[in-house]
Amino acid sequence: MNRALRLALLALITAALFALSLMAGKQWIPLDAWFGHDPRWAIIAELRIPRAVLGVLLGAALGLSGAVLQGYLRNPLADPTVIGVSSCAALGAVASIVLGFGAGWLGQFGWAMAGAGGAMALLAMLTARAETPVVFVLAGTVLASLAGALTAFLISIAPNPYAIAEAIDWLMGALTDRGPDDVLMAAPFIGAGMLLMLFTGPALDALALGEDAARSLGTNLGRLRWQVVIGTGLAVGAGVAVTGVVGFVGLVVPHLLRPVFGARPSALLVPSALGGAALTLAADSLCRLAPGAGEVRLGVAMALIGAPFFLALLFREGARQWR
Amino acid sequence: MALTLDRVTLDLRGRRVLAEASAAFAAGRITVILGPNGAGKTSLLRAAAGLIAPSAGKIAIDGRAIAAMRREERARTIGYLPQSGDVAWNMPARDVVALGRLPHRAGVADDIAAVLAAMAATDTEQFAERRVGELSGGERARVLLARVLAGEPQWLLADEPLASLDPAHQLDLLDRLRGQAARGVVLHDLVQAARVADEILLLRDGRVFASGPPAEVLTPQHLRDAFGVDVLLFADAEGRMLPVPAGRTGSA
Repeated sequence: MNRALRLALLALITAALFALSLMAGKQWIPLDAWFGHDPRWAIIAELRIPRAVLGVLLGAALGLSGAVLQGYLRNPLADPTVIGVSSCAALGAVASIVLGFGAGWLGQFGWAMAGAGGAMALLAMLTARAETPVVFVLAGTVLASLAGALTAFLISIAPNPYAIAEAIDWLMGALTDRGPDDVLMAAPFIGAGMLLMLFTGPALDALALGEDAARSLGTNLGRLRWQVVIGTGLAVGAGVAVTGVVGFVGLVVPHLLRPVFGARPSALLVPSALGGAALTLAADSLCRLAPGAGEVRLGVAMALIGAPFFLALLFREGARQWR
Repeated sequence: MALTLDRVTLDLRGRRVLAEASAAFAAGRITVILGPNGAGKTSLLRAAAGLIAPSAGKIAIDGRAIAAMRREERARTIGYLPQSGDVAWNMPARDVVALGRLPHRAGVADDIAAVLAAMAATDTEQFAERRVGELSGGERARVLLARVLAGEPQWLLADEPLASLDPAHQLDLLDRLRGQAARGVVLHDLVQAARVADEILLLRDGRVFASGPPAEVLTPQHLRDAFGVDVLLFADAEGRMLPVPAGRTGSA
């Protein structure tokens, strides 16, 4: 089976999961309600389509960022959460909720984007003169825990319980009750970020041979770093800004797809975007189908699936990759 | 056609690694860079490949500074094979060799022909489909050599390409180094150097200690001063004198 066929199959799976996402929920809406004048169409049009589109955007952004970061850092354990973009975006959003500045959705979005941008700028500065990708990972990890600590601090000084509830609710990450406005706000940033990242393919391939060999092949490593930093900052920042923190997609998806599409970094970019969208849609549908009055949060569900996977990965590859 | 280093001085992290080193890599000739550990061999090769900028001196191809060349053009002209043989991702050998075509982005037919020719030249065709992680160190070294050959550079700068090869493939590779392109090769083995080199560049403490044809450079006196070893000279069938280290100077 050649690459185009595999890609088509993956796209088909993603499309099927998109359809599932429109049907699934506390109120199951079968396929035949989509046609004719069924009143349930309103649920689909106003609630489920924006939610599914946001799932596609977020999943694609996370999957592609994961593939790009793993290729750039030559490290199969890298993803947007590991290098701290997600946590810093979350810090920005929680700051706007707790401290009350930038009221409303737009303000919160702006602050989350500022958090992601600040994280990436700091990371770019810290690693500008570093010669190994290990520094990037270490700086990112430190940044992530710092942002986590500051977020916890902000929640602890929150002026009222409503702000605490809102912040914690937001931190868990979900696609629940997101509307067309959220989609329209995030889409341009996610699109621009993904576009930047899609052009990193040849440079990431060359980097598989090491920095010196990559540069001798004409790769502009400075430009690549900016593409990676701005691309992931925009895409992941905007994604986190409207949905909260959803981890593990960027880590898991490239791993699942490597046996299918090969290990060459450029061969994984488009499949990882599609795969990320598919995984996010599937997980979000499962969240809604789970029994009980409320909903399992997407971020929580993803962590429940992702953490054991990450540990298994560490056991299998840790010894070999971290020498 | 020559790639020349003119009184190149190079500092890395405040340490002087090359001091006014001059060298020329001429078309069709093999220049072997020799010297003890830390003498600046790799630094000289990296500078010649345009990977590190010297603090003084000029590196040029026929008078044209390589720093002024566009990235892609320099990548097509100068091929560089680093010492470390790591490939980050477990790709098929053929995909690794194809990376050598990145600076060209020519027609696909051209690319395939160059990749196949490079794999034939390095005797790696039989594991084209195998993943590099499953190859032995020597097999992987040949795949990486094929990678740099696939780019069809006019200058090929290789840092210890023989290190992990068996004797048969070492001889094969030394044979295949001869050709149209200019070669700059860092070696450690004095015998191999004497056998293959048209020119020898002997470095010590970041300076060019001696340079010229092997017969002039690889003298017992030079080798004693540069490496601190006494050598025995053996003549091979073609009348070349091959220096074989016999012991540390002063120990016998």
